[in-house]
Amino acid sequence: MTGLAAVYRRELAGYFGQPVAYIVITAYLLICGWFFTSGLFLVGQADVRGYLDVAPTILVFFAPALTMRLLAEEWKNGTMELLLTLPVRDSEVVLGKYLAAFTVLAVAQVLTLAYPLTVGLLGPVDVGQVATGYVGLLLLGGAFLAVGVLASALTSSQVVAFIVSFFVCFGLFLLGKSLPFVPSGLLPLFDYLAVDTHFANLTKGVIDSRDVLYFLSIVLLCLAGTVHALEGRKWGR
Amino acid sequence: MTDGPPRDKNPAPMTSPATAPATAPATSGTTPVIEVEGLTKRYGDVRAVDDVSFTIRKGEVVGLLGPNGAGKTTTMKVLTCYLPPTSGRVRLDGLDVVDSPLEVRRRIGYLPESVPLYDEMGVHEYLQFVARVRGIPPTKRREAIADIVRRCGLKAVIWRGVGELSKGYRQRLGLAQAVIHDPDVVILDEPTTGLDPNQIVEIRRLIRELGSAKTVILSTHILQEVEAVCDRVLIIHQGRIIADGTPDQLHREFHGAQELDLLVQGADAEDARGALGGLQGVEAVSMGAASDGALALHVSCGRETDLREPVFRLCVERGWVLLEMRRKVVSLEEIFRQLTAGEAEDKQP
Repeated sequence: MTGLAAVYRRELAGYFGQPVAYIVITAYLLICGWFFTSGLFLVGQADVRGYLDVAPTILVFFAPALTMRLLAEEWKNGTMELLLTLPVRDSEVVLGKYLAAFTVLAVAQVLTLAYPLTVGLLGPVDVGQVATGYVGLLLLGGAFLAVGVLASALTSSQVVAFIVSFFVCFGLFLLGKSLPFVPSGLLPLFDYLAVDTHFANLTKGVIDSRDVLYFLSIVLLCLAGTVHALEGRKWGR
Repeated sequence: MTDGPPRDKNPAPMTSPATAPATAPATSGTTPVIEVEGLTKRYGDVRAVDDVSFTIRKGEVVGLLGPNGAGKTTTMKVLTCYLPPTSGRVRLDGLDVVDSPLEVRRRIGYLPESVPLYDEMGVHEYLQFVARVRGIPPTKRREAIADIVRRCGLKAVIWRGVGELSKGYRQRLGLAQAVIHDPDVVILDEPTTGLDPNQIVEIRRLIRELGSAKTVILSTHILQEVEAVCDRVLIIHQGRIIADGTPDQLHREFHGAQELDLLVQGADAEDARGALGGLQGVEAVSMGAASDGALALHVSCGRETDLREPVFRLCVERGWVLLEMRRKVVSLEEIFRQLTAGEAEDKQP
């Protein structure tokens, strides 16, 4: 566990000791803030729909930007060799890095709590709905970050890592938007795989274990895949 | 340095597991620390390391010597549990690198060839990270870092960024991270590559100092380095160990013959050849290129005989003018060239 904690701390210092986290978070807040406020007074409802609607789209960019460096950089600079010959398990390395990225995501989400708080001043807010909406965002963001970590482990190029994880996240996102065009036979499958479906359920104020399970299985699959990718060095590289 | 047991010309067959206690007391100078038995590592079709066996005892400073692509780095990557062996067993303190990699890594300090450090971190921050990962308890961390900073001469750069360091300081930091946890075994892959001569001397001194109480394995293709730092040399060529011994032993084993280069004026070639060949102890005489009427001759003889006096007397007797006489002291370099002759390909592991 000391290894995991040390890796986590290092990565977190990497995010916040450098412009990375600030730039990404600021961009995220700017874009989300715009979408949130621009519709707020037109709709005239005391909720955070505006934010929750746009957040998944923004996270499709946000998550890969946070994770692209994590492992690709280690491959590129050769530091992976030193890291993996320290007394840490490969899984500790992966988890430490993932949790650091997740922390940045969580910080960004905490900062957006300004939206529901502001709305709360204007009128009564459905606290339950906002709460599950945020759980949904963390789950969805967490899943995207896991995809990003995996992509970062598969290449030594940050650009490639970004593009690959962007496309995978975007694909998962797009599945939900493409439902009207899908042959009816495939509909249940697409519906199940799309992040949209599961996220929409959560924003309605309902936490369904199936939705939670969906996101958690993406996380687990991707992180297990990442550990596997690190072990891939053992078969020649 | 304590001597290991006498070594054969060929690497000795390894101690069998029965005679090598799994948890040997780590005090004796002859305790095997690293035991490699039949190590083979393949990358696809390439055998980077081919059936290599050796034992390294506590306190030895061992140089892995070989041309690029000989398998030195691969051997080290297996020792540090970065890569698993294709076959064979590698044990450190009786612990198998495949079965208990974390335990093995705890006892090892490693510096890869490219000195991969985190450029975006500060020197102090980096040492703290390593200390933390190495599980040095928080109360001892400050002390451990202060100690290593002093020993490696990093004080001047402690608050700088790793990325700003000069090559020499970078190398020192690399060494510092490898020994901060006071490991039993230190593995250094080409620790002096890319340094200027002064820095090389510095780093070698540091290696000797840091390694005084430890087992050190370093790889190099620079022969002086081995002679300057190591108690024992393993010469690796094309994935195999082709020589094993102290630098002195290697000198003796691989150079039974010594050579005398002569430049003689006023002698007939055949006559000189015959006369020199007749001297006691001479094994062969060969002709070199003649220039300006002088005759170049190479005389080889047994290592124990000193031919210089008889050759001089012969020249005087025959009235030849001896322009030059040079006895070739065979360097490790020579041995190395002989052993690895014919190496043309440059495969990288």
